[in-house]
Amino acid sequence: MPHSALPLQWRRYPERYYLKGNYCENCKQSFFPARTVCPNCRRKGKLVEKSMPHSGKIVSWTELFVGPFGFEQETPYFLAIVELENGAKALSQIVDSDAKKIKIGAKVKKVFRKISDIDPEGPIAYGYKFKVVG
Amino acid sequence: MVGIIGYGVHVPLRRITVEEIARVWKKDGKKISNAIGVKEKAVGAFDEDACTLAVEASRKALETAGISGEKIGAIFVGSESHPYAVKPTASIVGDAIQASPEYMAADLEFACKAGTAGMQMCMGLVKSGMIEYGLAIGTDTAQGRPNDALEFTAGSGAGAIIIGGKQEEIIAEIDETYSYTTDTPDFWRRQQAEFPQHGGRFTGEPAYFKHVLGAVKGLLAKTKMNPNDFDYAVFHQPNGKFPKQIAKMLGIEEKRVLQGLLTPMIGNTYSGSSIVGLGSVLDIAKPGEKILMASYGSGAGSDAFALTVTENIREKRAKVPVLEMIKEKEYIDYTEYAKHRKKIKTM
Repeated sequence: MPHSALPLQWRRYPERYYLKGNYCENCKQSFFPARTVCPNCRRKGKLVEKSMPHSGKIVSWTELFVGPFGFEQETPYFLAIVELENGAKALSQIVDSDAKKIKIGAKVKKVFRKISDIDPEGPIAYGYKFKVVG
Repeated sequence: MVGIIGYGVHVPLRRITVEEIARVWKKDGKKISNAIGVKEKAVGAFDEDACTLAVEASRKALETAGISGEKIGAIFVGSESHPYAVKPTASIVGDAIQASPEYMAADLEFACKAGTAGMQMCMGLVKSGMIEYGLAIGTDTAQGRPNDALEFTAGSGAGAIIIGGKQEEIIAEIDETYSYTTDTPDFWRRQQAEFPQHGGRFTGEPAYFKHVLGAVKGLLAKTKMNPNDFDYAVFHQPNGKFPKQIAKMLGIEEKRVLQGLLTPMIGNTYSGSSIVGLGSVLDIAKPGEKILMASYGSGAGSDAFALTVTENIREKRAKVPVLEMIKEKEYIDYTEYAKHRKKIKTM
């Protein structure tokens, strides 16, 4: 079975495995996932690769009861926008957390999980999810 | 000089009790729990596998060692539940811990003892000067066939050990190691089979006890030590009873085994088992104390180690001790367990 998205998946390993994003040396802002152009400085921006901190806090969250293709069996699950310690924001699943503790402002840390494993004979995609700490 | 410079243990959040499993199969849970000395076992979630547990344990090991992933010169991952039959877990762990591409790597399998085989390989590489640091991991999301005796104990967890050769970094010096191996068919899983099979009672006397005793006695002869020279003893723990029995056979007081005996609370983490136990001992061991460790892998073999804890342990313990970490848990019932471990076949 061909897996046409393999190169795309593989290129995203640094982003998924250890939160590699980028940073604009002009406006001093961090971005995750990495941007190709700094949205603040445009052509004056100077983007460099940078690993993001592995903890942050929830700034918004939702609970999904109907999952998109590939996530149907995972429902219900939580999705959140996580503001990392350097201000960059990541969209992530929240796992291993008591539903009562998933709220705006909750501290979270990154965990390494499978993010997609839909074809038993295909490649497994690993990456980040977050869990509430404390 | 060679020894452990960092260690990390990871146990997933979810637990299922022996009584809950017994309820489904209309068995006497209390009686079984008492007979095997196991109350509950750790269960990896649907999105966890031997690889994700290995990554989490390795990150903790790097943290206690105080080194970055790019310093690692070898990664060996021992498991009998590697996510791929062909494609290494070790390279995924390497990328996840940001190791440089300049490291050697391989996946190992020797039932429950491939993790300690990795430790020995790292020892050899460090001692010979081929690498500066080596990472050995024992990890499993163990498979137990529904309604099989193994289902009560087959747990999930991982232990990672970083081996180095610098005196100022070593927290536990490895004084000696000794292995004992024979062809004994007590437990196996064929290439395409989903669950392992075992020889029932045959997994005891001619398998576990013969090999662990063989390795420990060989180690004692080699080091000219007595069993009670050790302050702690960690044995492979397929259930809560075998480690206590082997300690009794060797004349080791039971209290020396308890700190490293995790199976009653998290089940048998297979390749992780003895390394997880060692991690728990390193959480509290004092400088100068001696640790005896003996793994066991069906098929069959045992690797025994004599370790001496150094002064450096005071500065380099895990942030959260193993016994503390496993208190964070969430109980699930058999249905959720079947979902998470993908035992529901229409999924």
